Amino acid sequence: MGLKTFPGGVHPHDSKEFSKDAAIEDLPIPKKVVIPLSQHIGAPAKPLVKVGDEVKTGQKIAEPGGFVSIPMHASISGKITKIADFPHPTGITSLAIEITGDGKDDWIELYEEDNFLELTADEIKNRISEAGICGMGGAGFPTLVKISPPTEKPIDTVILNGVECEPFLTADYRLMLEKADEIIWGLKLLMKTVDAQNGIIGIEANKPDVIKKMKELTATEQNIRVVGLKLKYPQGAEKQLIYAATKRKVPNKGGLPMDVNVVVQNVGTAFAVYEAVRYKKPLVERIVTVSGSIVKVPKNLKTRIGTKFEELLEFCNGTTEDIGKVISGGPMMGFAIPNLEAPVAKGSSGLLLFNKKQAHRQKENTCIRCGSCVDVCPMNLVPSLIAKNVRYEDWEMTEKYGVMDCIKCGSCAYVCPSNIKLIQWIDIGKMKISEKNRS
Amino acid sequence: MIIVYSVATLGILGLIYGLGLAYASRKFHVEVDPKIEKITEILPQANCGACGYPGCSAYAEAIVNNGVDINKCAPGGSAVLGQISKIMGVEATATERKVALIHCQSGGSNNTFFRYKYEGIPTCKAAVQLSNGPNLCNYGCVFQNDCLEACNFDAIHLDENGMRIIDKEKCTSCGACVKACPRDLIELVPVKKRVHVLCSSQDKGAVARPACGNKTACIGCGLCVKKCPVDAITLNNNLAVINYEKCINCGQCADVCPTAAIFDPLKEVRAKKKAEAKAKAEAAKKKVEAAKQKAAEDKE
Repeated sequence: MGLKTFPGGVHPHDSKEFSKDAAIEDLPIPKKVVIPLSQHIGAPAKPLVKVGDEVKTGQKIAEPGGFVSIPMHASISGKITKIADFPHPTGITSLAIEITGDGKDDWIELYEEDNFLELTADEIKNRISEAGICGMGGAGFPTLVKISPPTEKPIDTVILNGVECEPFLTADYRLMLEKADEIIWGLKLLMKTVDAQNGIIGIEANKPDVIKKMKELTATEQNIRVVGLKLKYPQGAEKQLIYAATKRKVPNKGGLPMDVNVVVQNVGTAFAVYEAVRYKKPLVERIVTVSGSIVKVPKNLKTRIGTKFEELLEFCNGTTEDIGKVISGGPMMGFAIPNLEAPVAKGSSGLLLFNKKQAHRQKENTCIRCGSCVDVCPMNLVPSLIAKNVRYEDWEMTEKYGVMDCIKCGSCAYVCPSNIKLIQWIDIGKMKISEKNRS
Repeated sequence: MIIVYSVATLGILGLIYGLGLAYASRKFHVEVDPKIEKITEILPQANCGACGYPGCSAYAEAIVNNGVDINKCAPGGSAVLGQISKIMGVEATATERKVALIHCQSGGSNNTFFRYKYEGIPTCKAAVQLSNGPNLCNYGCVFQNDCLEACNFDAIHLDENGMRIIDKEKCTSCGACVKACPRDLIELVPVKKRVHVLCSSQDKGAVARPACGNKTACIGCGLCVKKCPVDAITLNNNLAVINYEKCINCGQCADVCPTAAIFDPLKEVRAKKKAEAKAKAEAAKKKVEAAKQKAAEDKE
């Protein structure tokens, strides 16, 4: 069977061999967690607790700050010790709630639904909303908003994103291998909420064992398909995945998947949805890949939200060399962070560490107009021209060249033979244009 | 023969077009006030935009046609103002000359503490995006030279420590650097004012002071606010701010500032004078005492 894909893209070495075979391990319950109030796209959550309050694991400690927002839950039991600015996995500092654990990990009462597949769509949505689930692939868009499209845009297909095209990351891979049944149940629940007839699970070709397993498990399902996708970056970007799996093109200039009747969810999200619906269990833990060239024992860890990165690294026996660079997320789209004090958030899929030599970036040279960036751009933009216009602050032309359609995958900067940091220039352009459009 | 023909044809064509152009220039003549041209020539032609108009000629037009104030050209200063006022026959007082001032004395890129090494694109706009900027202070200069590049008058330089220094003589207060700085560190201040707060940190003292490479962060203690005789200083978000309209250049705030965040070039001179006066007084006192003692001894 021919593998499906999209035009453009690059082929970085997938580097998954470091942590591919490490089964998911439970990280010991941390003594202290820091839960940022903004782990998602949209309004930050509003705290419901005050300093000194006792909380149980899974207790709601912050409510949504608007429609596009999610609640937050305590990930360990203990006492609220601080509500202040803390480091955030994106590198900034933001308001967060610190909980000092009592070591008991005393859960709120969980629940078990036997016929969870028979629940009504509204009840499923309600439980997803209560559990505080947002997209777990990285961007962190609130799941409830994604599955509540306006009535004029019906959804017929739910795509599960099991591509994991970022090098090094293996969290989704391990999850699909170990919790395949649960993920398929999660997909069924998601399909029910939006009344979709088709379900697609998109998996990249470098995970043949998962493709095989998923195909076996869905062999009897009429409406669920498993699609093998070509090994290419950014295969897991929403629009590229939709095109590869369904040949539908999401319109440019602010188009959303719902415009082509599709919803895309990460496999981690599907697993969280399953747990939320069946056990009413809030999203308080996730799988994080700890990897990179200098980690002694790369691992996939089941980690409570809010655990500091340094504890994850400690559990992996530290590093073999001095740390040169720390990345939260994948190496292509993740955030370089200055230290290991930031906590795991709902969207943190990985913690990657590299040595000083790998961290060093080459000096920028002039553009030689080779067009490599144009060839690889999955959105059919001209990255070199956008970057040039940003450099000379011509915002009108920047916008005209479609800077807002950029998905910031970084393919252009990856191939540039002149080491131009195209994505950083384009990012400034995006920021300026959205500032301009807002005012 | 062919030469004659071609010369004649071209000559006739030239004559026809010439007449056409002459007619058009009469018929479609646009009245341009000669004052506009004159004023445009006088203006410094830097097209810096400090007057609020797109370029010098646009400002000249606005003066002549719309009667806009003639004192808006900051780079031109009083010389240009005098010439324009002659042409326009309007009296105008020069606005107070201002210069740009950087509210940060981080110690320069050689002395500041960094949380990481920035190797991204060389612009401040990008550097402040990445984890609140490479230096430990969340409010200070990030050393990528956006202000230097924005300056049309070569008035901003680097000193040997990598600090940005503004040349007061060359600065025309056009405000280009003020707009360029993503951290809003630069302000236009009256050139006559001598005492400035050289810090923009809104962090509390315990955070701000160790983060500053020069250890001269404003810690928001409020001593200057209490000391100021004319109530010109206010404390906003742990940061002292001087109201230049009220400030009388006395420098008492700089004297009491425990971290030297408030800078006064005369502070040392004043301190020296004070010390000298004190020494003198003490010497005089000793003399008197010695004399008394001597007198007492003599009596004995």
